[in-house]
Amino acid sequence: MVFLTLPLISIFVRALPALDQGASAASTLDALQLSLVTASISALLSMLIGTPVAYMLARETFPGKTLVDTLIDLPMVLPPAVAGLALLMTFGRRGLLGPALSSIGIELPFTTVAVVMAQTFVAAPFYIRAAKAGFGAVDRKLEQMSAVLGVSDLRTFFRVTVPLAGPALFGGALMTWARALGEFGATIMFAGNFQGRTQTMPLAIYIGLETNLESALTLSMLLILVSFGILAAVRLVSPKGLMLG
Amino acid sequence: MIQKEDFVIQTPKLLGSIACLLLLLAACSSPAPNRVPPSAAPTTAPAAHLTVFAASSLTGAFNDMGALFEQKHPGAKVTFSFAGSQDLRTQLEQGARADVFASADTKNMDSLKSENLLDSNPRVFAHNRLVVIVPKSNPSGIKTLQDLSRPGLKIVIADASVPVGNYALQALDKMSADSSFGANFKETVLKSVVSKETNVKAVVSKVSLGEADAGIAYSTDAQASADKLTTIEIPDAFNVIATYPIAALETSSMPTTAQEFVDFVLSPDGQAVLAKYGFVAE
Repeated sequence: MVFLTLPLISIFVRALPALDQGASAASTLDALQLSLVTASISALLSMLIGTPVAYMLARETFPGKTLVDTLIDLPMVLPPAVAGLALLMTFGRRGLLGPALSSIGIELPFTTVAVVMAQTFVAAPFYIRAAKAGFGAVDRKLEQMSAVLGVSDLRTFFRVTVPLAGPALFGGALMTWARALGEFGATIMFAGNFQGRTQTMPLAIYIGLETNLESALTLSMLLILVSFGILAAVRLVSPKGLMLG
Repeated sequence: MIQKEDFVIQTPKLLGSIACLLLLLAACSSPAPNRVPPSAAPTTAPAAHLTVFAASSLTGAFNDMGALFEQKHPGAKVTFSFAGSQDLRTQLEQGARADVFASADTKNMDSLKSENLLDSNPRVFAHNRLVVIVPKSNPSGIKTLQDLSRPGLKIVIADASVPVGNYALQALDKMSADSSFGANFKETVLKSVVSKETNVKAVVSKVSLGEADAGIAYSTDAQASADKLTTIEIPDAFNVIATYPIAALETSSMPTTAQEFVDFVLSPDGQAVLAKYGFVAE
């Protein structure tokens, strides 16, 4: 317990005196803004792509379902550096899709889009897992009743299924956002490090250790507070806790 | 009613979840650039197990150096941690334990000296110089240094806190002071910089992969990756000579062996290894 809390307390002890300097540093503000924007976009993207996938995994059986299930979970356990390398090998200039994208003028590495891609790749599985569990737990009888009453499948989905799975979906979205916010390895490999464009909070902390300790401490403190807040929110919304099963 | 089947199904799930969580924790741990994992504890402890923190540019040379040192000092074992000198300096300042530190610039070494973390005065053991590197096939057709100011290029350098990044900025300053480049040269080149890496090997990697059109690294790196890179020389007038100091650390638990390693690096044998990798001997 002490092992877990003491490092967190140490950050606060060192960060608070440096707050003034750290909070006003341009690198702090740039990193904060970039992280908040990209993590939010990544979370939304994850929900957009992930909801239909999760629904399908929860409801349908099809050949190769176990494989798909495992593949979707893979980015969660893959070392982020591997994820970064994989993205580079796919979307890099000489990657699988690189030349094709270049020919239509799209170059992804070193861009903010690359940051979102790296974050979405590693964080989306969190949402998909939670959503899958959420959809799986919805009482099918209620959906059937809705159909009997003449409501279309799509309306049933939005008016019955989603609200019932709501806490799980919300919890999953929050965890995805948190994971996206904390992403480092894949980002630095695929998107690189450039203030204001690709230097997210974790990257700024890593670089700041040598040059701008006040900035690094302020950002670390913010990340701890945000992470704590997210966990508290998930606890409140999904009393059963984080459904990773 | 709880039935036996409930437990039969739940246990694998529980174990699976725990396994996933453990893997997650392992996967999410921050990356340690070029860190050599500590060797498993042998059943009989070796006479001396040295930990050497060295700048990334020394990777090839020092790996050979360590092997040679172990040959000449039976019972000794050398483990390396290669990273940007600024990273290593920060770790040492924050209490990391090592026996020897070899830096790519005097700034990081002096920082440790002023904090009394060195066992003795640092000694310069090698020099290096900068080159511009481009991917082997040179798709952007960069032939001269002036070409670096062409618009639309993707240039990768190291962060200013990294020795090679700092040297690169100094070299760009020197070029901007010359009429054949123009006063805006450095500014224009920096506009094309798309990433500032945390160690020189990351710069080399991005250029080798073809992700960047050009980068600024050491001539030793260009030599080490000659099969993947094309080099554009930077004339002496604009180049920066990198000075590499080495010192045994105050916190070392085996000061004698640590000093033996330092002496070995400075010996003719050690200098020969460095020369082989393209370092300019001291």
